Amino acid sequence: MSARRKSDVDTSRRAFLKVSLAASGALVVGVGWTGLVTAAGEETWVPNLYVRIHPDGRVTIVSKNPEAGQGVKTAFPMVVAEHLEIPWERVEVEQAPLDDRYGRQVVGGSRGTPDGWNDLRIAGAGALYMLTRAAAAQWNVPPESLAAVNGVIRHEESGRSAAYETLLEGAARQPVPDVSVLKLKNRPEEFKLLGRFVPGVDNARIIHGKPLFGCDVRMEGMLYAQYVKCPVFGGRVKKANTPEVERQPGIVRAFVVKGTDNLSGLMPGVAIVGETWWAVNKAREKLKVDWETTHADSSEGYALEAAKLARGDGETMRHDGDVETALEGAEKVVEASYYYPFVSHANLEPQVATAVYHESGKLEMRAPSQNPRGARALIARTLGMNERDIHIELERIGGGFGRRLTHDYMVETAWIAREMRVPVQLQWTREDDLQHDFYRPAAWHHFRAGIDGDGRMSAFDHHFITFGRGGEPVSGASLSSSHYPAGLVKDFRLRQSIIECNVPTGPWRSPGHSAYCWAYQSFFDEVALAAEKDQLEFRLDLLSRSFGEPPLDLARTAGTLKKAAQAAGWGRDPGPGRGLGMAFHYDHGGFVSHVAQVHAKGNRVRVEKVWSGIDVGPVINLSGARNQVEGAVVDALSTSQLEITFAEGAVQQSNFHDYALATIDQAPEVECHFIQSDFPPMGLGEPPMAPAPPAIANAIFAATGVRIREQPWSRAGIIV
Amino acid sequence: MGQITLSINGEKHAVDVSPDTPLLWALRDHLDMVGTKYGCGVGLCGSCTVLIDGEAVRACTMPVEALENVEITTIEGFHPAGGHPVQRAWQEEDVAQCGYCQGGQVLAAAALLKTNPDPSDEEIEDAMGGNICRCGTYPRIRKAVKLAARYASEEGGEA
Repeated sequence: MSARRKSDVDTSRRAFLKVSLAASGALVVGVGWTGLVTAAGEETWVPNLYVRIHPDGRVTIVSKNPEAGQGVKTAFPMVVAEHLEIPWERVEVEQAPLDDRYGRQVVGGSRGTPDGWNDLRIAGAGALYMLTRAAAAQWNVPPESLAAVNGVIRHEESGRSAAYETLLEGAARQPVPDVSVLKLKNRPEEFKLLGRFVPGVDNARIIHGKPLFGCDVRMEGMLYAQYVKCPVFGGRVKKANTPEVERQPGIVRAFVVKGTDNLSGLMPGVAIVGETWWAVNKAREKLKVDWETTHADSSEGYALEAAKLARGDGETMRHDGDVETALEGAEKVVEASYYYPFVSHANLEPQVATAVYHESGKLEMRAPSQNPRGARALIARTLGMNERDIHIELERIGGGFGRRLTHDYMVETAWIAREMRVPVQLQWTREDDLQHDFYRPAAWHHFRAGIDGDGRMSAFDHHFITFGRGGEPVSGASLSSSHYPAGLVKDFRLRQSIIECNVPTGPWRSPGHSAYCWAYQSFFDEVALAAEKDQLEFRLDLLSRSFGEPPLDLARTAGTLKKAAQAAGWGRDPGPGRGLGMAFHYDHGGFVSHVAQVHAKGNRVRVEKVWSGIDVGPVINLSGARNQVEGAVVDALSTSQLEITFAEGAVQQSNFHDYALATIDQAPEVECHFIQSDFPPMGLGEPPMAPAPPAIANAIFAATGVRIREQPWSRAGIIV
Repeated sequence: MGQITLSINGEKHAVDVSPDTPLLWALRDHLDMVGTKYGCGVGLCGSCTVLIDGEAVRACTMPVEALENVEITTIEGFHPAGGHPVQRAWQEEDVAQCGYCQGGQVLAAAALLKTNPDPSDEEIEDAMGGNICRCGTYPRIRKAVKLAARYASEEGGEA
C-alpha cells in the first residue's frame, strides 16, 4: 500500500496547483487570490475556493460535492475546520454549484472522501498558515512561536493573542505557501474535531421542512411538467392526442418530443405542462399515445435463455491451474447455483429538476445530481448548446444510490424549459420512476468448489451468466476476473455467458458487489459446512494464502472479520430459533465484515442485530460513518426481498405495493466497530452494503436450515 | 374549481382548487408550502405525512374538500422555533441521511407520543411502519423516538 501513500503526495501537489489556480479563477468573480472582498462595508477574506473568513468572526466553508445523504456536506467542511483550527459552531456551510474550479464533484464510487481529503486539508491548513504569518509579522516574532487554538492565534511567550478576524488584512498580503510547508493531519491522535459524532449541517432545515430538495425549488412564473415515455424501453411516439390533453383544465401545453436513441438521455415522449402538477397529473389520464416498439424483453425469456446458457461452457475469462483435474481429484465437490433479479434504485424523491431557458441562450438549472458535470455535457450535446451557457445549482439529493449518475430527467427538463421559455419543474411520478430506472442487472452464478484432504477449498469453477448488448456486459453487469476467490485457490476458472437485453441498466450502490457478494459468501458457507469447518476458521484460512497477486488486502480483510466475530461473540450458542452468520468483503476502497444474528419463528425471520468490523482508515465523522453502515445493512435487507420483472418489454412493478421497501419493523440494530488503520480515509457509502445480505442469509441458514439461493428471499420461503 | 378555506398552521388559507385536489398538491403548488413531500401518491410511503387535529394523515390521498373544518399542521408549522422533544431527539441522534422522508417521520413520531408517551419497540414499529425511509435510518428513528419520550417525561409536559 506504499503506492497509495506516494500518490497522496502527488495529489496534494496537484491540489495545491488547483488552489493556486483559484487565484486567477477567483478574479473572475471579483476577488483576488487571498483577496479581500467588500460587502456592505465589511471586508471578508477569501483565501481559497473553500474558505471565507468574515470580519465578524463567522467562517463560511464551501462543500463542493453534491449531498445525497452520504454526509459529505458535513464531513468535508469538518476536514477544513480541523485544519483551520476553528470551533465547528462558528462554521457556516455553503453548497457549491457546479463549478469547474472545484475539480471532481461527484457522488459515486465512495470516491468523495479519498479524492477530497488532500484539497480540503490544504484549504484549511493553507489559510491558517497565512493567518499565522500575518500575526508573526504584526508582532515581529517567528511564526514557529505561534499556536492556533479555536480561531485565535496565540504567542505564549508574550501572552499576546489575536482572533482570526482581526488578521484578515495582513493574511491577504502573505505570499501563498508551498504545500510542503503545511501541516496536514493524518491520524486520529492529531484530530480535535474529526472522528467525533457531528450531526448533519442541514438537520434544522430538514426537521422544519425548509426548502432544500430539487422539488422544493420555486421560481417566478414556474410551470409544472410531466414527461410520458413509452412503457417499453426505447419506444417511439407514432401519434398522440396532444390537442385534447391541452384542453384539460390548467394545462398550458402538451407536445411530442422526438428525442434520441440514447437510453440514458432524452428518449422520445410526450411533455405535458400546466399551472399545477396536479392539473398535469389529471390531464395525463386523457393522454392516448400510439407507441412504436422494437423489442419485447421478458423476465421469463431471460430465465429460459439463462437455463440454456448454463448447459453450455460460456467464454473462459480466466483459468489458473487446471480446474477440471483438480475437481476430479478433490476429496469433496460442492455445487450450487445462485440467482438474483433486476432491482430498482427507488429513491424516495422521484426524479425532479427545474430549469429556465433565458432569451440570451443560457440555461439555469437546479437539480439533484450525483454527477452534474456529466449532466451538463449531456444537456449540451442533446440541445446543441455550449457547456458555458449551462449553469447547474446542486440541490440536496433525496436519495442517490447511483440513480442520479444518469441524467435523463435533467435533459428532459432542459428540453421542455427551452420549448416553453418560462421556468419549468419536471416532477416524475412514482410510477415513472420505478418503470424508467437504470436497473441493477440480474445474474446467475453456477459454482463448483473442490475441498482437499485438509478441508481447504482448493479449486473453484464459476459460470457467471449476465446481461449485455452486442456481446459486452451492460452497465453494472460485469465481473472482474480478479475478484476473489481468484488468487485464493490454486485452480480457478471464471466463465461468462451473456444474455442480450434491451432494458436500461446502471450503477446501483456498490455496483456488482452489492449483488454478487451474496452469492459468493453464501456459497462459501456451503463449502465450509461440507468441509466440516467453522465458518470463521474456514474464511480466515481462505484469507491466509494467495496464488499470485492477492485479489484483496488479506490482512485488512481478515482484520475486519475477526473484529466483527469478536464483537458478536462468534462461537456462542445464540439460543433456540436463533442463528449467526458472517461474510467479509472489500470494494470501493473499504473493508467491511458483518456478523448477523437472526431469530426464526417458522419461516418468519427477524434480523435482530448486525455487528460490523470496518476498516476505511481514520473516521471523519463518527455519526455519518455509522449512519452509512446502519443504512447499508437496512438497504441490503430491503433489496434482497425485492425484484423488478419485465413482460413484453415493460416493467411490471409500479409503486410501493409491489416494490415494497423495508419498513422499521424489519430493521435490525447495527453495532459498528471501526479499525482506524494507518491508511488514508476512504468513503463508506458503498463498502458496508455488499457483505450484509450474505451475513444475514447465512444466519438464516444457521437458524432454519434453509439455504437461500434465490432473490427475492420469499422464493426460498423465507419472510423477513 | 372553487374557493376552499383551509386552516393550516394556525392560519386560514383560501385556495382556489378543484375539491378533489389532494392536500399535498394544494400545499405544494398553491401555497408554496414545500415541506410536505411527494413520494408515492397513493398513501404507501408516508413522506407526505401531516397532522390533522393532531393525528398523522397522508396528505397525498386526502382531498381538500374533506378538510374545511379541521386544523392542519405541516412540518413547517410544527414547533417552528424548535425545542419539541421529537425535534431535539432527531438532532441529537442525527437521524437523517438524505432527509427526504424525515419531515413525515417527525410528525408520525410526534403523533405517536401524543397518545402513547412511553412506547415499546413494538408500538414504535406499529406506529411508524407506514413511513418508509429508503436510506434505512430506522435504527436511529427507533432510538430517537425513545429519546424524545424521555425528554418529554423529563419536562413533565406532553410531547
